[in-house]
Parts: sequence; structure tokens; C-alpha cells
Amino acid sequence: MAVKEIDLNMGPQHPSTHGVLRLKLAVDNEVVLRVVPVIGYLHRGMEKLWENLTYTQVVPLTDRLDYIAALSNNLGFVLAAEKLAGIEVPRRARHIRVVLAELQRLASHLAWLGFMANDIGAMSVLLYGFEARENILDIFEEYCGARLTVHGIRIGGVPHDLDGALVARIRTVLDGIPKRLADIRALLDENRIWKERTVGVGLIGAGDAVGYGLTGPALRASGVPWDMRKDIPYSSYDEFDFDVPLGRNGDVYDRYLVRLEEICQSIRIVRQALDGLPSGEFSSKVPRTLNIPPGEVFHTIEAPKGVLGFYVKSNGTDKPERVKMKSPSFINLQSLEHMCKGNLFSDIVGILGSLDIVLGEIDK
Amino acid sequence: MPDTTADRAELRRTSEALAGRFPDAVLSSIFEKGELAVRLRKDALAAVLRFLKDELGFNALEDVIVLDNLREAGEGRPRFSVLYQLCRFPGAARVRLAVEVGEDESLASAVPVYRSADWAEREAFDMFGVRFDGHPGLRRIYMPDDFEGHPLRKDFPLAGRDRGG
Amino acid sequence: MSEAFEKTPFLLAKADEFITWAQKNSLWPFGSGLACCAIEMIATAAARYDIARFGMELFRASPRQADLFIVAGTVTNKMAPVIRRLWEQMPDPKWSLAMGNCAIGGGPFPTYSVLQGVDKVIPVDVYVAGCPPTPQGLIHGLMILQKKIALSHPTKEILDPDARHNR
Repeated sequence: MAVKEIDLNMGPQHPSTHGVLRLKLAVDNEVVLRVVPVIGYLHRGMEKLWENLTYTQVVPLTDRLDYIAALSNNLGFVLAAEKLAGIEVPRRARHIRVVLAELQRLASHLAWLGFMANDIGAMSVLLYGFEARENILDIFEEYCGARLTVHGIRIGGVPHDLDGALVARIRTVLDGIPKRLADIRALLDENRIWKERTVGVGLIGAGDAVGYGLTGPALRASGVPWDMRKDIPYSSYDEFDFDVPLGRNGDVYDRYLVRLEEICQSIRIVRQALDGLPSGEFSSKVPRTLNIPPGEVFHTIEAPKGVLGFYVKSNGTDKPERVKMKSPSFINLQSLEHMCKGNLFSDIVGILGSLDIVLGEIDK
Repeated sequence: MPDTTADRAELRRTSEALAGRFPDAVLSSIFEKGELAVRLRKDALAAVLRFLKDELGFNALEDVIVLDNLREAGEGRPRFSVLYQLCRFPGAARVRLAVEVGEDESLASAVPVYRSADWAEREAFDMFGVRFDGHPGLRRIYMPDDFEGHPLRKDFPLAGRDRGG
Repeated sequence: MSEAFEKTPFLLAKADEFITWAQKNSLWPFGSGLACCAIEMIATAAARYDIARFGMELFRASPRQADLFIVAGTVTNKMAPVIRRLWEQMPDPKWSLAMGNCAIGGGPFPTYSVLQGVDKVIPVDVYVAGCPPTPQGLIHGLMILQKKIALSHPTKEILDPDARHNR
């Protein structure tokens, strides 16, 4: 039977593209032949803007990159800036950063779960996931005043200390998440419709995944055990005990399971960090005008979406010469065509959901 | 303490292997802040990338970064420095290659060696105007196709040129 | 109220009241979720802040089925023509809400690619400031929009189609 190609346009305004992403599709009836992403609809010129701001001013703008996991972006940039400037961060601050970063990972994964399930049709999970996430956002709001664009990690440490009351509230929130997760898993894990839409869909093997530069849970679902928190530990991650969940097949279902397990591991890390919170300062003294002598540095962290990297070049002034962000979603999106080819057109939404991309990070 | 677990011995081996195989192409090899930065002659780029991937096992190209050396370009130095951040997993050894390319010159594309370089090179072209020979489809990625200019160049104003609003 | 009695016949005023009551309590948002504000918009629609209390839980994906255009996030120059076309696709009566500092005036991005305010391409009824505005802030903005709708005269627009341009 002859192939009849139809060109379809998906986006940039679309409920399931997770932002302003445009996909140019070529389909043969229902089978996907080509997927060409067109991005840039949210390109805000962040890197150019950063060259005109001081290092301290750059930090709140990094919140707007991956806006679902703002603290991770903060952490990525400040670690690079601190490495460049030779600033030592007190141990208490490093532990608090781990607490904040892992809480942010929880919030990010719960939002991802809601979005992906909603895209595939399970709307209740969106509400359950967002309700669980709201409790974490309450913690952020109590900690530093903002829910979403948090700016809760600064150069030198963190802006506020974690007092006993807040630590107790964090523990209460953590105690409530497993139950919510169990509710969601009871709805989805062995659900026939969910499995038909996710098992065997959007496959990518380990070799291809590495070749495309895939990182994060999507890579680990293909069985490749790379996690920056273990491979090149930062902050104080090397002091904590946690597992890195791996998948086997690299399909949508495995990517779903890996992130669910990461939620459990994040809870484990936060509990250890809170139990072992050392005394001391929550920030080192950083001058009001931070001039960094000329140099360059590249630093990566394991953000919820993948490996987030910042290349920072300093020129002796208080403004960076160049800041380049290695965006995990930008690189991960390149593998979308590989995952979608040969699948049905209606699977694209599930595959895109399982990749967990954020346009703010892709477009900068 | 800014955390880094770069293994100095590992990086030293990498640096020596590169200098051994490409004695004329390696211009300098520096360890700083736990990172290995190697400057190369631009015509050796494709061969070095192939060597690092196939023989030394650097299986991930993490990023392609372009620097605009406008200020020094007048003194005979090429306008752009293009940096390739490579990584090897497991073990996470890193190396940063740097080549220089002028405004009217081009570089060999890294796509035949690292597929993930595709969009990174398109971004470099869009933002700076650097050309890559052998790229499967070099065109803009962020800015609209009819946009004029390359925004991240130092002589491009932050607010843009065409503020008709 | 007295203005309505002076300028509008009594029956029409009553009809206005009824129609605006129906409109403001059943707005169907067209969520143009562009950036960070979109997440807070979704949080407003989620269980805790529950935009369904206001009858607005039915976010439509197609502009043809919506009457409230919530521009949530940064509008870039590349996206601006798309926003314009989506606005034109929405049938009357329609309203728009600029959510967040980026939609109001470019936000923290005075750059080469960002449109400094969505009101350069579409008319805006309510501006909700914040980066991002909290769900409470967005709901406050929606309530202000409801007040604005209550003050409008839909019967005038039904009887005289050109009146809609003077709203």
C-alpha cells in the first residue's frame, strides 16, 4: 500500500506541548514518519541579559529557566559562580541546599506526573499531584516568600536558616507524600488503559540514548546509570545514602516508573539531611559587589529534568563575560523524533510527557 | 568547598594522550579549578573529537559554547572561540576543547561524531553566526528565519535593533 | 445604576443585568500558557484554589470555544503574530487578561526578542501584576474582570454591532 503522507502542525498553542513548542509532523495515516520540533517561541535572550547584570542579579533570573524546578537552576548557577570565585560554603548551608533541592525535585516530579497523566487522559491525577505539590510550595513560601520562582539559593549559601518549626513542617509534608503517591499508583500502575498507552511506546535503547545526549530520568529509564549526584557529587550529596532507580526498556512506562521511584528516594535524602543538619552558618560572607577575577568554569548538577550545566567566564568585573547554560530539556528534545517514529500519532503526547521538558529551559 | 571530584591523574593521562597523538594541533593544555582545558588548531577538530570519542571513551558532548572575542579580534586574533565540553561516563572525566574561528571562516561540524551536537551548533550559528561544515541542516533555531543579525555578538544591542513597538 | 436608567430603557437594563450575570459567572478561559505564569494559572485551576468556584474551570484548548484569553507568560516577537491570530479567532464577546509582568510590559526581559507587553498586539481588559502572580492574585484579577463585565451593556452591542468597538 502506498504511503500517503500528511503534514500536520502541532502547536505552538496546544494544551499538551508543555509550553510554546511547535511540532511539524509528517504522518502516514496514524503512523508518525517525521517529527521536527520548532522552538524559539519563548526565547527571551537570557544569556545576553546576564552579561549585563551582576552575578547576584543573575540568580533570580535563573528561576525563570526551568520554572517548575526553580531552585535547581539557582543551585546550578551559584555552584558555578562559587567555584569560579573560590567561595566556600558552610556545611550547614550545603545540607540546607540539599533539602531545598530535593524538595524541589519532589515538586517538579509531582507536577510532571500531573501533566503527563492529564495529557494521556487521567485528569484526577493532575488534581492529586498538584494538591501534593501545593504542600511543598507552602514550605517554600514560608521559607522565603515565593511559591514558584523561589530564588531560595544564593551565592555563598542560602538566604535564611531552617528553624525547628520549619523542619517539623517539612517532616509532616514528607510524611503525607507516600500516601498520595500510593493513591496515584493504585490508579495508574496496573491500569490496563495506562499500560496500553505507555508500555512499549516511545522506545529508545541505551546506545541511542547516550548518542543523543539524553540525560536525567529519561536516560536512566533506558538502563544507563548516570546521575550527577553520584558521579560528580556537589553540595553535600556524597554524605547521603540513596539509590538511583534504573529502567530496563526505555519506554514511556519505564520513564514513568523511574520518576516515581525518584520521588521516594528524594524523600529519603531529605529525611537524612534534616536528621543530620549540622550547626553553623547558613551562608558565608559574600561582598556586596562580587568581582570575580578572570577565569572560566563549567559545572553541572542533576536537575529534575536531567543534567543542568553552567559555563561561566569571568573578566575581573562584577558582571560575567559569558554565561552559557547547558539545558537538559534542549538536548533531550532532540531525541523526540527517534522515540516517536513508527508510533501512532496519538502517542506523541504521551512520549512528550514522559520526556518531561520545559520550554523556559529549552528556549532560554 | 565548591565540589569537584575531577581525577587529576585521569585528566593528566587524557592531556598526554592528546599531545602524543596530535603534537602539532594541541596549542596548550591547562589544569585550572580541577578542569582540563585544551586549545587546538581548528583544522584538527574533527580528528580530535573522533579520537576522544572512539579511543579515549568520551561518550558525551555536553555543550558547544561560543565566545565573542570582539575586543581582542582587532589584534589579529580570530573573532570567535568555540568550546566543546566533553565528558566520559562512567567515571565522569571532563575535557574542554577550544578552537578559534574567524567571522568568515567555518569549522568542521561535530555532528558526525556526536549526534547531540546538532542543535547546539544551530544555536551557535543563530546566536553568533559561526558556520559548521557538514552539519545536516544548519539554520536558525531560536530567532525567526528572517531575523537579521546574531544577537549574542558583543556588538549587538541588548534591546535589539528594530524597536518599532 | 442610575446611568443605566438614564441611558438605557428599563427592560434592556434588566436584560443587561441578566446577560452580564450569566457571562461573568461562566467565563471559559483560553489558557495561553506561555511561561512560568502558566503554572500558577494551572495551580489556580487545581483543587486548592479551585477556579471552578467562579465557573471558569473549563479551559478550552481551541480559541473558537473560549471567551477569556488569559495571556500567561512572556510574549516573544516570534510568538506575537500567533497571539494576534488566536485573539482574532475568538468569537465575540471576548475579554483578555494579561497575567504577569511579562504580559504587562515585558517583565524582567528588556531584550531583543521579547515583546514589551501583550497590549501591543491585543487589547487587554485586566492586568494582573506579579512574577508570577499568586493564585490569589489571579483570582483577584478575575473578580475585577467580573466587575468590569457587570458594568458593560451587551444589549447595546446586540442592537448595534458597531458599539462593540467602543467598549
